[in-house]
Amino acid sequence: MKAFLSQEQSMNTYHFLFCDTQCAALPSGALYLPDHAVLCVSDLHLGKSDRIARRNGVMLPPYEVQATLQKLEADIDITSPEQIICLGDSFDDLDAANSLNEEMRIWLARLQAGKTWIWVEGNHDPGPINMGGTHKAEVEIGTLTFRHIAAADTAEVSGHYHPKHRVTGRSRPAFLCDGKRLIMPAYGAYTGGLASHANDLRKLFGSPLFAIMTGTKAIAAPVA
Amino acid sequence: MTTLPPKFETWFASRGWAIHPHQQQMLDQSGTPALMLIAPTGGGKTLAGFLPSLIELADGQHEGLHTLYVSPLKALAADIKRNLRTPVEEMDLPIRIEDRTGDTSYTQKRRQRADPPHILLTTPESLALLTSYEDAPRIFKGLQRIIVDEIHALAESKRGDQLMLALSRIQSLAPNLRRVGLSATVEDPDAIAAQLARHPDPCTIINADPGPDPDISMLITQEKPPWSGGGAKYAIPAVLEEVKKHKTTLIFHNTRAQAEIFFHNLWLANTDDLPIGIHHGSLAREQREKVEAAMVAGDLRAIVCTGSLDLGIDWGDVDLVIQVGAPKNVKRLVQRIGRANHHYNAPSKALLVPANRFEVVECVAALEAVKDHDLDGDPKGDGPRDVLCQHILITACAGPFDATVLYHEIKSVGAYSRLSRAAFDDCLDFCATGGYALRAYDKWKRLLQAADGMWQLRDPRAAQRIRMNIGTIQDTDTLKVRLKGNFKPLGEVEEAFAATLTPGDTFLIGGQVVRYENLKEMTVQVSRRADKTPKIATFMGTKFANSTQLSQRILRMFHEPDWPELPSHTAEWLELQRKFSKLPEADRILVESFPHAGRHHICLYGFAGRNAMQTLGMLLTQRMEDLNLHPMGFVATDYATLVWGLDPVTDPAPLLRPDNIRADFETWLSGNAVMKKTFRGAATIAGLIERNLPQARKSGRQATFSSDILYDTLAKYDPDHLMMRITREEAMRGLVDFGRIEEMLGRTAGQIDHIRLDRVTPLSLPMFLEQGRIAVAGAGQDRMLEEEAARLMQAAGVTTL
Repeated sequence: MKAFLSQEQSMNTYHFLFCDTQCAALPSGALYLPDHAVLCVSDLHLGKSDRIARRNGVMLPPYEVQATLQKLEADIDITSPEQIICLGDSFDDLDAANSLNEEMRIWLARLQAGKTWIWVEGNHDPGPINMGGTHKAEVEIGTLTFRHIAAADTAEVSGHYHPKHRVTGRSRPAFLCDGKRLIMPAYGAYTGGLASHANDLRKLFGSPLFAIMTGTKAIAAPVA
Repeated sequence: MTTLPPKFETWFASRGWAIHPHQQQMLDQSGTPALMLIAPTGGGKTLAGFLPSLIELADGQHEGLHTLYVSPLKALAADIKRNLRTPVEEMDLPIRIEDRTGDTSYTQKRRQRADPPHILLTTPESLALLTSYEDAPRIFKGLQRIIVDEIHALAESKRGDQLMLALSRIQSLAPNLRRVGLSATVEDPDAIAAQLARHPDPCTIINADPGPDPDISMLITQEKPPWSGGGAKYAIPAVLEEVKKHKTTLIFHNTRAQAEIFFHNLWLANTDDLPIGIHHGSLAREQREKVEAAMVAGDLRAIVCTGSLDLGIDWGDVDLVIQVGAPKNVKRLVQRIGRANHHYNAPSKALLVPANRFEVVECVAALEAVKDHDLDGDPKGDGPRDVLCQHILITACAGPFDATVLYHEIKSVGAYSRLSRAAFDDCLDFCATGGYALRAYDKWKRLLQAADGMWQLRDPRAAQRIRMNIGTIQDTDTLKVRLKGNFKPLGEVEEAFAATLTPGDTFLIGGQVVRYENLKEMTVQVSRRADKTPKIATFMGTKFANSTQLSQRILRMFHEPDWPELPSHTAEWLELQRKFSKLPEADRILVESFPHAGRHHICLYGFAGRNAMQTLGMLLTQRMEDLNLHPMGFVATDYATLVWGLDPVTDPAPLLRPDNIRADFETWLSGNAVMKKTFRGAATIAGLIERNLPQARKSGRQATFSSDILYDTLAKYDPDHLMMRITREEAMRGLVDFGRIEEMLGRTAGQIDHIRLDRVTPLSLPMFLEQGRIAVAGAGQDRMLEEEAARLMQAAGVTTL
């Protein structure tokens, strides 16, 4: 079988060609497009602890914003992108976005400085956010379309489902790609996941389907 | 001496009974604020507890709740209700008795709050829930007595701490409350009595005649026990013979999994179609009730069961108890034996069935301990603070409270009598604000302090969620199992077990082999299979740790030149070990290394108990990771730790250097699975993680995330947070048991016997079938994952993606 993608592995990043666009899956769960200097992350769910406290009275460690921004800052340092796409559900809800504290706002502003920053809208954060950057329903980069929830037949990058994949008993957040569609893992610190074989997820893809697992190193594996 | 009222005198006489001396003593002392009775099962313990209540209530003058009865099991409450009905009906006493457990209907519970019965039978969790209602003061106002049954079992766990905290609350609402504890034989009655009484009040202890020594022996079979494994399948014919010879037999197992396998095999061999049932905690309630009813009706000849039948339920004419597998703990064994023969002066009859050769040794050691009346047990530490946090939240549900009043109330609980104000305030702060060091919830606190200084819930609607999560029972997340297209559940399996299933796998539940079909809305869907053998052994279930006393007895046995008390097969096995390797000694550490199944193994015999041996496994693999030996995983039992990896260990000495093991321990402690498991338990009890949510969980799991993430976040940003401190302390005492490792390393002082062999040794054999293998998340695993992924890619016909 001829691979639909070509690959070159360097360090812990997994490089592959997706619909004629060079892609690099970072072990953190971010996607980098070297030809366009675009860094894409999905489902940050910033402010999740705030939303849970407000709604349920349970006060989780309120550190997911700094944990997530710290991770994002490290990826920005490695890749030096010109443009950053946050692929929806960047905030756990709009109230959580608006009540982000000053320190975190400044941190975010520092990350945004000198870069094109796009907030793609998600089901958790459907409206505009007063947080710098541009708010969009979807965005096109080269041959690819970026939107939060998978909709198109081909050349689409989306998030929303928080895919995970399991090999040798270990389940890790993973990119899923069948050559037509790419679904990104959740990047936020407080996110769970959906198994790659779950029906809601599997039905979106044709065969063969591949997972690129995150962790200390991005590792590709076929999905049955 | 208090004489029985004429009505009671007549009733006793009509049954041909004389009041037992301890029942009389309980009656004489019925005015005592705290009273504990120690009596063997079948000693009329329950009646001794209830007699004063029945007499006090006989005149029909008391309004509302008079006596609360708390037992660790729902089934026990139902059983007592049945048993109390006889005297109440026969003496025509104007007493209303009801039970209230997790199984009681919503309408029934509502009615009970509005119009409480005279005697309410309940569990610690249901009682804690009852104290969380705004109308608690009205419910408990006239309460006179509380009877805590099987207090020895409750006192060992956090359930007991929760119960005593609830008692302190109730005592404030009903100042005349008298406390009564009913206990089986225990090694330290004073310690339990101190937990029961209001601190610092004394507690009177009444000892009943312990009765004759049990008739207990090891089952001799034609067949030799296998080298390893836990099924005791070899003993099935002999067990069936015993069942035939007796009226009713209880067959105890240490785990649900073993009970399932044994029951399955018993059925296959049961050519006479003897009526035999199975009873364990993961079966659906309907199924358990069916078995309980059949048992009471005398329709069953045997029941295969686990700890769910451990406690004093009266199952009628049980005349034989069989314990399959080593009992692990002498105290539990004695209590299980007590399940047979409810005639006070006849000895209970019991048989031990070791599942493998090592268990033969353990069983012989346990038999000797029973003969010597040498019960085991570890002293209990101060009251756990996660339970305290939950108690504060429960208190807040009932209405505004004053912190200082609550603090003093809590200090009246024996286990919390040494609680400092600072430690209490810490817990209160955690409940109110989350207690985080770096960032505070300003707007969304859980508890607020009103202008008058009283604490209350910010959002009263939160009470519902808190109530739904009351309890301290540490069950792993379980999923219901049901037949496809059928609504009625068969039982439950652990979520972790369900995650390992792929469609087509077969496993045992409720004695039948089923085929895994799929997971639908958090329910495991299965279909029936006629297969004789399930493909996958079965799910996990709880494991007991061998007590220190038993381990020491075993080491002393190893030291003997020969073993006339052991069956020849087991003595030969130990001789083989002595010949090919060496038997472990108390003041030395034996390390064996050998290759097996493509991995290098080391087996280390430390006899420090399962928890400590598990921690040692963690530490060993950590050091092996540092030395680039690619450890892959380990498994621990009470006596040894088996580690496997990709590279051989040529010298175990550096792995066991005691000098910096403490430092290694600190590093290791922050990121290991046992800590995460302990954290999960503590955080769930303390109300940081909700086990139950108002709506049933949805099938999409994106919204929920693992508690491990919370642990990692706290370890990184707030390592001194209350939950982290509780986790550390608990793990040190319980699952980690680091003290016993230091003790072991100190005691053996570097005296290591390293024996290198070319294959598995006789003594290490049972280790290979142990469940609970722990994978090491390190370079070895990354290497494996990468290799496996590459292999799968190749198999899929692609080398590049």
